[in-house]
Amino acid sequence: MSWTGQVLYSGNAKGEVLRLDAPISFWGGVNPENAEIILENHPQRGEKITNKILVVPEPIGSSSSAAILLELLYSKIAPKGLILGTNQDAILPISVLVSEQMGWATIPIIALENPAFKSGEALEINSDGTISLYLS
Amino acid sequence: MLQLTADEKAILNSKIGSAGDNMALNIVVKAAEMLGASRLVDITSSHIDGCLYHGDSGVLFCETLAKNGAKTKVPTTTNVGALNLIKTNQARLSSEKLQMAQRLMDAHVNMGCTPSWTCAPYQIGARPKRGEQVAWGESNAVAFANTVLGARTNRYGDFLDIACAISGKAPYYGLHCSKNRRAEILLDVTGLPKEVKEEDTFFPVLGSLIGRLAGVSICAVSGITNIVSEDQLKALCAAAASTGAVGLVHIIGITPEAIDLEHAFDNQRPRTILSIDMDMMKEAFHKLSQTKQEGSIDCVALGSPHFSISECKQLLEASEEKNFKVPVYVCTNRHTVQALKAENIYTKLEKLGVIFIVDTCVVVTPILPGTGGIMMTNSAKFAHYSSGNTGYRPIFGSLVDCIKSAQNGCATLNYGPWK
Repeated sequence: MSWTGQVLYSGNAKGEVLRLDAPISFWGGVNPENAEIILENHPQRGEKITNKILVVPEPIGSSSSAAILLELLYSKIAPKGLILGTNQDAILPISVLVSEQMGWATIPIIALENPAFKSGEALEINSDGTISLYLS
Repeated sequence: MLQLTADEKAILNSKIGSAGDNMALNIVVKAAEMLGASRLVDITSSHIDGCLYHGDSGVLFCETLAKNGAKTKVPTTTNVGALNLIKTNQARLSSEKLQMAQRLMDAHVNMGCTPSWTCAPYQIGARPKRGEQVAWGESNAVAFANTVLGARTNRYGDFLDIACAISGKAPYYGLHCSKNRRAEILLDVTGLPKEVKEEDTFFPVLGSLIGRLAGVSICAVSGITNIVSEDQLKALCAAAASTGAVGLVHIIGITPEAIDLEHAFDNQRPRTILSIDMDMMKEAFHKLSQTKQEGSIDCVALGSPHFSISECKQLLEASEEKNFKVPVYVCTNRHTVQALKAENIYTKLEKLGVIFIVDTCVVVTPILPGTGGIMMTNSAKFAHYSSGNTGYRPIFGSLVDCIKSAQNGCATLNYGPWK
């Protein structure tokens, strides 16, 4: 199976999916020092987003979220890639643009409506925006 | 496809401008491509949210821009930072973090930002006119600029805000374009009693309800016919932008482009019409308190958005020279403090037990003592963020409730119409 999303930031990545089961604002929701989900009552509280293909069906929240993702990229503890449910929210993609300008790590960001990927699945993102499942 | 002007292309090719200009415009252009904008739009001012310290990476980015000659091209104000620059010992951060927070604030000033350090730039003269294109950050300021002033801005955030200020341009999409400003949902408050609409608390309560009902849609509110103060509109906008991703509310008769329903909805029919009743309002009022509305309190927090001169005057007057038993934190900006000092109000309030928090506020940086407690507030925005950011659980009430509670040391609410 493969899907084609809109490339917001191009790149290649391969890794395990972590799908956010409830919306989260990175600011106040993810600890910039260790990439752990810290939002009280969040079903995935305590999980780390480092090295995951993070699937964010509904990006929400504070504009300061860009600062948290940039901090993760700078500290090399960011997810390997992001799949967003919308292309209308520039908050998270902005951090990758800044990271690129600073010569730090960048990760692919793909917009795909109703992304159906489940946590634990192994996904490959290609630079042209195609996404495919593979057997890990 | 994004169309660029000759000048924009020349900056991207490093033929004109500094290396900092090139970095900033690169970010704006790539963001515009991501968002599907057809062009960039010239802006006339910017308000920067990115001067609040979240980690070293943001500091290094802003210092790199500054070092590479980036200067803001339009009048640019700064939002709150993590420090009270006048009393630097107020924020309980480690010395390394204090230093980095200071460096971040300095980098913004070095790039030409006006050091305003306020979440309410519209109270200190930054007031774009109807139809002006601006790039503002800070959710309450965005909602106020669009709703009350009729200026046009999206909800800008960290990094894109300063990149737009340096470029003097923003991606032309979203609320910058007339076609995207039309109201979709009508919230009708005509049926609410007149005396409710005259309550201080009506506006933050209605705002928090609007945020939850609107989500990312644009609402119009009809049925507010009484005279409304700017502080009340400020409270409504801040509340709506805390509970929802609200950038614009058409308040019929108040929002410059919404003189009537026809203008707000651009002669089309609302997608949804909702009549707001007292039960919905009462529920929204009580939701703003996250603990029982009685018993002892640890502090009162006022000024999110920053307290205005007239709010400080109301505080002084309604206190009737009776001292506070718990600290009353008044968050405001240096311009307001100056005016308060000139009128001798500052010292009088300090004598009653007010602690002024200047350039910053109690929910964005560790200022409140310990790891938690009970906070009384008249701000829906404080009520929304205080638990998560400070560990203090909020009790929401009117300014008079806050004053009485501070004087008694325990929550003293006159529920009025919210019983």
